[in-house]
Amino acid sequence: MKEFKILAVIMALVGITYYGIEPYAHSVMHPEVAAADFSFNDLHNVDTKLVGNVENGKTLVEANCIACHAIDAAGHPAVMSNADAAASYGVVPPDLSHAGRIYDANYLANFIFDPVSAMHLQHKFSPDSGKTFPMPSYNWMAPQDIVDIVAYLKSVAVKVTDDKEGHKATFEAACGRCHNMKYAGFEATTPVDVIKAHMGATPPDLSQYIKSRGEHYLHSFINDPQILLHGTSMPRVGLNEKAQEDVIAYMEEIGDSKKAERNSLGIWVMGYMVIFAFLAYLWKRKIWEEVH
Amino acid sequence: MAEFKKAGSMLEWFDQRLGVINFTKVMMTEYWIPKNINFLWAMGVLLTMLFTMLLVSGIFLLMYYKPDVNMAFDSVNYTIMQEVAYGWLFRHIHAVGASVVFLIIYIHMFTGIYYGSYKKGREMIWISGMLLFMLFSAEGFSGYMLPWGQMSYWAAYVITEIFGGIPFIGDELVVWIRGNFYVADATLTRFFMLHVLLIPLAILGAIVFHFYSLRFPHVNNEKGEFFDFEAEEKKYLAGDKKGSKVIPFWPVFLSKDVFVMGVFLIFFFYLVFFHYSFAMDPINFDKADGLKTPAHIYPEWYFLWSYEVLRGWFFEIAGISGKSLGLMAFGFANVIFLLIPWLDRSPLVKPANQRPMFKYWFWLMIADLMVLTEFGKLPPTGPNAWVGFGASLTFLVLFLSLPIITKMESKKKAGGK
Repeated sequence: MKEFKILAVIMALVGITYYGIEPYAHSVMHPEVAAADFSFNDLHNVDTKLVGNVENGKTLVEANCIACHAIDAAGHPAVMSNADAAASYGVVPPDLSHAGRIYDANYLANFIFDPVSAMHLQHKFSPDSGKTFPMPSYNWMAPQDIVDIVAYLKSVAVKVTDDKEGHKATFEAACGRCHNMKYAGFEATTPVDVIKAHMGATPPDLSQYIKSRGEHYLHSFINDPQILLHGTSMPRVGLNEKAQEDVIAYMEEIGDSKKAERNSLGIWVMGYMVIFAFLAYLWKRKIWEEVH
Repeated sequence: MAEFKKAGSMLEWFDQRLGVINFTKVMMTEYWIPKNINFLWAMGVLLTMLFTMLLVSGIFLLMYYKPDVNMAFDSVNYTIMQEVAYGWLFRHIHAVGASVVFLIIYIHMFTGIYYGSYKKGREMIWISGMLLFMLFSAEGFSGYMLPWGQMSYWAAYVITEIFGGIPFIGDELVVWIRGNFYVADATLTRFFMLHVLLIPLAILGAIVFHFYSLRFPHVNNEKGEFFDFEAEEKKYLAGDKKGSKVIPFWPVFLSKDVFVMGVFLIFFFYLVFFHYSFAMDPINFDKADGLKTPAHIYPEWYFLWSYEVLRGWFFEIAGISGKSLGLMAFGFANVIFLLIPWLDRSPLVKPANQRPMFKYWFWLMIADLMVLTEFGKLPPTGPNAWVGFGASLTFLVLFLSLPIITKMESKKKAGGK
């Protein structure tokens, strides 16, 4: 039938053009990168096959960490206000209550050993740059001790629920020291001018990042920012897969809060149009019978 | 003044005062359309419907949108998209509708070219249609700036910059358009005014004019056949509906259009709910930042072909800079479609496939526009730049050769067969 032929030609031409300017052009402008690596296989300084000792870890943490870090979950409050901490260190040191839950164990151990190399921020904090990262390397510590610290942090880690509240807690622990989330009324704990001086760039507000970057991009970007944005100030934060999923889920809950409504309404509207088109076809046939 | 009798019915009451019965005849039941048509003849009604949807969704958006560089982005992405009940739906309909309206405009326009519906008395239909195309382009461009995202800003920056290439007045013209030395609050507020008032008014007027221009030369048909409309009308009204070559606008023509509209709307709402990023570029969800140039700047898809005609000229020829050559080619591309009724020198009104030479010209032109669209989006580096140049040059050659091709064609027709 002729009308179908015309429709087929139009659909083919539109389809080819669409493919060219959307999926194809985007694949050229944003080439695929290596899959996210949630075991952080490039880090080998600490052998994390060792079995950790929580008791020893507790002793080590109390001797080495709580001078700067709060661990609210274990009864160690922050020693100074966020503003003072930010002014002293360049960035508010994280409360470690969530560290054992949100960070990959291998990453965390290797981070303690040498933070800058774990974060892939050698270009920001190197001996030649004159800038030093506020947390010192614990590369003098025995691997067993580091593994013990990780075991302790895991043992005290706060459990969160798998809902918006839980996602929010993960987001704030993982991202909230630097990034604002305006649409959730959330401001980074480190003041913006301080973090800018510390990292060399203002960390963006993340309210619309689920839309502007999309889940696919965020999935690899958060895992290792340098791959997609070489030279960026954003550190590799070492989130495990679950924590990263929670962060992205929260970004969607804030940045695309009507997604569920959109998807459910969409089905109904399309269903309505199918019925409409069918009835319109019957009407058209009835009317045109008289003239054909 | 005529004597008024007491009306026997409401219809009669209105008819006495407004002549509604006669009006309905002239506009609907005795407005005649050829019977020999296919679904491509429904695009005009689709466009009217899309424009209505844009207007209605736009009115809802207008209630919450704030034309101010500090507030625009959040008023769209927070207030409208997340706070207002179904605000997201209006924005999606508006954004997807604005993109899809161009798809239908292009189909409508190329249908006109394919069937030769721009000549032998139909010139004003074509001219008013192209006027609408230009107005819609201005409307699309000004509207794209309003969310004040990164692409809003940078596309506006690049496109307004183009006017800087005009000799003598260029620099001043750019400042005059922007209302500032760079794209700023003054630019946003004036584009807002254009988008919500001046251009829509002009579009409404042009739509009425476009419809009016159809009345005398009548709508073309699938074979390009000229026949006596009055005789065919009489036949139809006398009851020979099957033998008549015409159908009334209502209900016969519209019954088909409503069906096409139904099918189209399934596709349209699929895009609105599930597949909208082609019309709402992700990068535009980053707030405009005049200090941070995006890696890739490109206009919306419907401007890509003319953008590539501009960009294809990237090197100096005979002492004229690539930029100036591009600007000339761009100016050419933007007026040349308007002149088609006079570039086509053949008096023949036939579908392209029945014209020995024009058919090749038509499909070459479509292919060239597709290549231009594609390379208008791709980064203009390495071989891409040369493909762009080739396609841009082909565009010019195609249109410059159209009078020659059609002249040859009409001679061949007259002499040969």
